[in-house]
Amino acid sequence: MDLSRLRQIEPWCWTVPPAAEERRAEVRLFGNAELLATMDDKVLEQITNVARLPGLVGCAMTMPDAHWGYGFPIGGVAAFDPDRGGIISAGGVGFDISCGIRCLRASLEWADLAPRLKALADTLFERIPAGVGEEGSIKLAPAELDEVLRGGARWALARGYGAAEDLEFIEERGCVAGAAPEDVSLLAKKRQRGEMGTLGSGNHYLEVQVVDRIYEERTARVFGLREGQIVVSIHCGSRGLGHQIGTDYLVSLAKAAARLGIVLPDRELACAPINSPEGRQYIGAMNAAMNCAFANRQILAHLARGAFSEVVPHAALETLFDVSHNTCKAEHHAVDGERRLLYVHRKGATRAFGPGHPALPARYREVGQPVIIGGSMGTGSYILAGAAGSENRAFASASHGAGRAMSRHQALKQWHGRQLIDELAGKGILIRTRSMRGAAEEAPGAYKDVNLVAEATEQAGLARRVAFLRPKACVKG
Amino acid sequence: MYAQRARTAPNAFPNERMSRNSAERYGYFEHDADLGVVGRGMTLEEAFEAAAEAMFAIMTDVAAVKPAVAVNFEFEEADEELALVRWLNLLLGYCHERGMVFGRVWLERDGARWRGGAAGEPWRSELERGVEVKGATLTMLSVKSTADGWEARCVVDV
Repeated sequence: MDLSRLRQIEPWCWTVPPAAEERRAEVRLFGNAELLATMDDKVLEQITNVARLPGLVGCAMTMPDAHWGYGFPIGGVAAFDPDRGGIISAGGVGFDISCGIRCLRASLEWADLAPRLKALADTLFERIPAGVGEEGSIKLAPAELDEVLRGGARWALARGYGAAEDLEFIEERGCVAGAAPEDVSLLAKKRQRGEMGTLGSGNHYLEVQVVDRIYEERTARVFGLREGQIVVSIHCGSRGLGHQIGTDYLVSLAKAAARLGIVLPDRELACAPINSPEGRQYIGAMNAAMNCAFANRQILAHLARGAFSEVVPHAALETLFDVSHNTCKAEHHAVDGERRLLYVHRKGATRAFGPGHPALPARYREVGQPVIIGGSMGTGSYILAGAAGSENRAFASASHGAGRAMSRHQALKQWHGRQLIDELAGKGILIRTRSMRGAAEEAPGAYKDVNLVAEATEQAGLARRVAFLRPKACVKG
Repeated sequence: MYAQRARTAPNAFPNERMSRNSAERYGYFEHDADLGVVGRGMTLEEAFEAAAEAMFAIMTDVAAVKPAVAVNFEFEEADEELALVRWLNLLLGYCHERGMVFGRVWLERDGARWRGGAAGEPWRSELERGVEVKGATLTMLSVKSTADGWEARCVVDV
């Protein structure tokens, strides 16, 4: 990104002054010069386009891990007021609706697992359907799937997947209100038929990690984390159902925008007023996909527990937290001293409620919401906690991952999957995948420095670092 | 809207272009998080077919896919760019719905009315596993005539 176009307003926050004739809201980019310099200029173009959408409240923002997406940049955050013409955008959520991370803490130390790591990696790979073309054992007809879309993780729990205690530690307690299965196409439901309990492909993974460093002792204790402890992170979303909803509504919202006279600086920003029939339909379908994602991660957590119990029978896996990073959520936020209902788009950004937020589970309320920054398979991930001032800074949002620094195409030219897997094995990280192409595309070198992203997230006042997790075994989609 | 019917007649395909001269007919372009596909052909329909081949080649080695099951469908779209996205997304919808991968596609156009189809097989362990394509997007979407014929491109979400 050409930094000469930016103006630094705080050590970790930048803006772009609008041109004299330009009519748009302010944009804010969180990060330092090093991170921003690695971003494509398209990130700036895309967030500037978002700042032109109707009903935007405050600024259009990018998180420190932002990269070029479609319509919205990935790492983009924008809130809209339904009572002031605010819009909902399918491009502001993404195809993988409610993609997110379920983090489980194990009652197990690295020293106890180390001799059995290979057996665990093999068992997880055998039990977790991962990668293109892999189906799960649960086959649901469209009518049965409607129950998933209404019930979310609660549906999965009722079917015997997971533990009742899980629900407390899932965003929205595993079931978001306002899901409308009737607004989900039959094709979307058919695409999901064999995909419940599957990991998917691309950047999705199930990773066994060890807590390598604690940054904030008290919060780590509240989160139940200690150095040397094993943690499992599951990164996936609403699978084919969400992909098809994204596909269906991208076109219908683009046509709605044209019909309603909304000028789109980029067609991929396809949107409609929140208070329009098309907007309401998309919200109902998107909420259904959120519940699908909650159920999917609940099933995958159950499968992971099964694999652990086979290899290390005494180990228990408790849900630390489950939070999505491709959503638009109706939330109340203070704006100019007034509490207002806003629709907060977070595309590749994690909700990060600070201490005291009433939506948090009682256990975490004093320290803030666990925020998970998933890194690449060779470097590591972070657990953070929502910062006290993050609501005012970015509508309680934070980074979601390391963020790509290199395109998939470039990564394919630079790395070979088999070679990369062997190199990581040499470093003590076991990768299990059916896709050598996928492994190469997800090479650690294709991502930004996750340490810098986490530091920037903290320095920008979005979330506080609590723990660093080092990868030990990874099932890649 | 579209109509569909399934058939199992591997010799009934209008063309087999997907197995020839792939390097000339399709390619890729850069996008940070996802991937851009480009299809080229003497006609608009050929360019759309080549773009579809590029998309399926992200998922597997299309030359190894047996044309065991075919799907035919129709759709209406007057806008050529939106038609490309619709075409690719219908193919994705059908292949994911059936747990299949397609190795051959065909497309005919009559004004705003498009008749297309694809043939392939359910995933089997011997097929190379690439990366799943979730959807075709409107990003960097373009359909244009060139000195050599037609070119169709867009970013697909992976």
